[in-house]
Amino acid sequence: MAANELVSQDALHRQLGLSDERLLDMYFMMVLARKYDERALLLQRAGKINFHVSGIGQEAAQVAAAFALQKNKDYFLPYYRDYGFVLAVGMTMRELMLSLFAKAGDPNSGGRQMPGHFGDKKNNIVTGSSPVTTQVPHAVGLALAAKIKKQSFVSFVTFGEGSSNQGDFHEGCNFAGVHKLPVIFMCENNQYAISVPIAKQIGEARIADRALGYGFPGHRIDGNDVFEVYRTVKEARERALRGEGPTLIEAMVYRLSPHSTSDDDLAYRTKEEVQHHWKLDGINRLREYLLQHSLLNDELEAEGLKKIQLVIDEATDFAEKAPYPRPEDAFTHVYGDEQEGSTNAGQ
Amino acid sequence: MPVSNYLDAINAAMFEEMKRDDNVFVLGEDVGVKGGVFGATKGLYPAFGEERVIDTPLSESAIAGVAIGAAMYGMKPIAEMQYSDFMLPAVNQIISEAAKIRYRSNNDWNCPLVIRAPIGGGIHGGLYHSQCPESIFFGTPGLKIVAPSTPYDAKGLLKAAIRDEDPVLFFEHKKCYRMISGEVPEEDYIVPIGVADVKREGTDITVITYGLTVHFALKAADDLAKEGISAHILDLRSLQPLDTDAILAAARKTGKVLVLHEDNKTGGIGAEVAAIIAEQMLYELDAPIMRLASEDVPAMPISPPLEKQFMLNPEKVKDAMRKLALY
Repeated sequence: MAANELVSQDALHRQLGLSDERLLDMYFMMVLARKYDERALLLQRAGKINFHVSGIGQEAAQVAAAFALQKNKDYFLPYYRDYGFVLAVGMTMRELMLSLFAKAGDPNSGGRQMPGHFGDKKNNIVTGSSPVTTQVPHAVGLALAAKIKKQSFVSFVTFGEGSSNQGDFHEGCNFAGVHKLPVIFMCENNQYAISVPIAKQIGEARIADRALGYGFPGHRIDGNDVFEVYRTVKEARERALRGEGPTLIEAMVYRLSPHSTSDDDLAYRTKEEVQHHWKLDGINRLREYLLQHSLLNDELEAEGLKKIQLVIDEATDFAEKAPYPRPEDAFTHVYGDEQEGSTNAGQ
Repeated sequence: MPVSNYLDAINAAMFEEMKRDDNVFVLGEDVGVKGGVFGATKGLYPAFGEERVIDTPLSESAIAGVAIGAAMYGMKPIAEMQYSDFMLPAVNQIISEAAKIRYRSNNDWNCPLVIRAPIGGGIHGGLYHSQCPESIFFGTPGLKIVAPSTPYDAKGLLKAAIRDEDPVLFFEHKKCYRMISGEVPEEDYIVPIGVADVKREGTDITVITYGLTVHFALKAADDLAKEGISAHILDLRSLQPLDTDAILAAARKTGKVLVLHEDNKTGGIGAEVAAIIAEQMLYELDAPIMRLASEDVPAMPISPPLEKQFMLNPEKVKDAMRKLALY
């Protein structure tokens, strides 16, 4: 939907139940994630950190989805590009930076896992790993717990389109379909599995259509359209809470950055292709909308950007100065009942 | 004390724990209406209903993965793998996920999951209904692994596994299900994970084993007693963590050690047991450590003479024990 069409309507965001303030929050959350990502790349290039995996181009879908869910109630199983998502459900910039620098205070893993491997119980963010798609059956298990314990929450899981070819995607969706569980599967289809384009990943090009085979609805949506993402996730959540079962959402996005700081994407795609997708960026689209609706102006934007800059500067500095884990901490928390200081855990 | 077979002891452990704790539930193939292909979950479905005794699709990775998700929420799932031979699709979930959840989250999350899987041969099951997969999982920190040999241990270890805060693989020997009976108290008890048990006191040789082969060793020891050979038999019961103190004490008892198991010899639990003894008390031994285990062929064939040749039995065990005694 082009921004100029929206001017004539009663503001779409209000129709969807999003206040002006909340929409602006959503926008700045996306910008915060973008700026974090840019800073992480700089830090890696400066040799301050070892590795960063980017989410640039996917923030709009991530943040819009998070805003349609219930913080501290729903359970979240994000994948490794979901900086916008985790920020929107409660992780702080300091916490992200602690993870990036692999410092002891990192709530995701205490500096054990690569950045982007989220997990934070206080925010209902379920711990994840690097083998892709293993989180899909976990989300189904959390939804099963909701059903057994008669709790009113949904589990929300994301993954890339590359992941949708793993057995765990099929096994998880099928299980959820059988038991009509309150789970939302959101594929962030960024059109590349590292270097392999969608045409070499999937014979039938629509991931959303797979939902048919599991007996629940699948929607392909424009992931750069925050309103469409917000509406679709919100409806999926309501449907799940009514006991009507899962929904598969395929949010079409584009990975604007290389796969990671170890990847040169121009080895497998053209500059022109990437530039084309920069023009479709969901953050800019929302910005246009906000400007058209006079919800954003130069002054507000400058103020917001300045605040973001300060938050990121402060967090970078904080994390850089924060202590590393103690070397001996490499051997703790293998089991819950281990003895203090035991290195051969359990023995 | 009431007598129960091994299968009924497993069933009773689940029944009692489900009654005791609403968070305990069972999932797996055919575990509900049918009560399991071996009958291990018989009676649970009528008692606890389909929400807590869940017949799943044929989908081992989902059985493990869904159970892991529920466990992270705070449930206490017992996932049944119909045969341990079929649990390999779930290995990624077990090794990459369940085993690492506490460690990778720096103790923020944990995974109190039990995976039950029947192991072992001698039931004319051929290659894919007879395997012992212990060595696939053994040496994966974050997992606990138990393999009881008696009804008493099976019930007590399963209860301990269900109450544990970390993932436990519970390997039950399918040949023991109806063949092995023993006393099982009515009152609640657990057998702690990580504690081995001396099943027979002796002075000439030590046999360290677990699972079905405990019974082969006990039978062989009875026969050898008539020949004047006294065998000391240690049942490991828990494979991970191994009870190092009990292993060393048992080895010290006689100075002659036979390590015995049905899983393949190469890279099996026995190799680790032998290494522990060699590392810590080599010069106290009176004979080289001996191992008796299954041949390194891919799995057990179904034809009766082939199966018989592959399987260990009390005679083969007795020969090995006698040889060690005479060393």
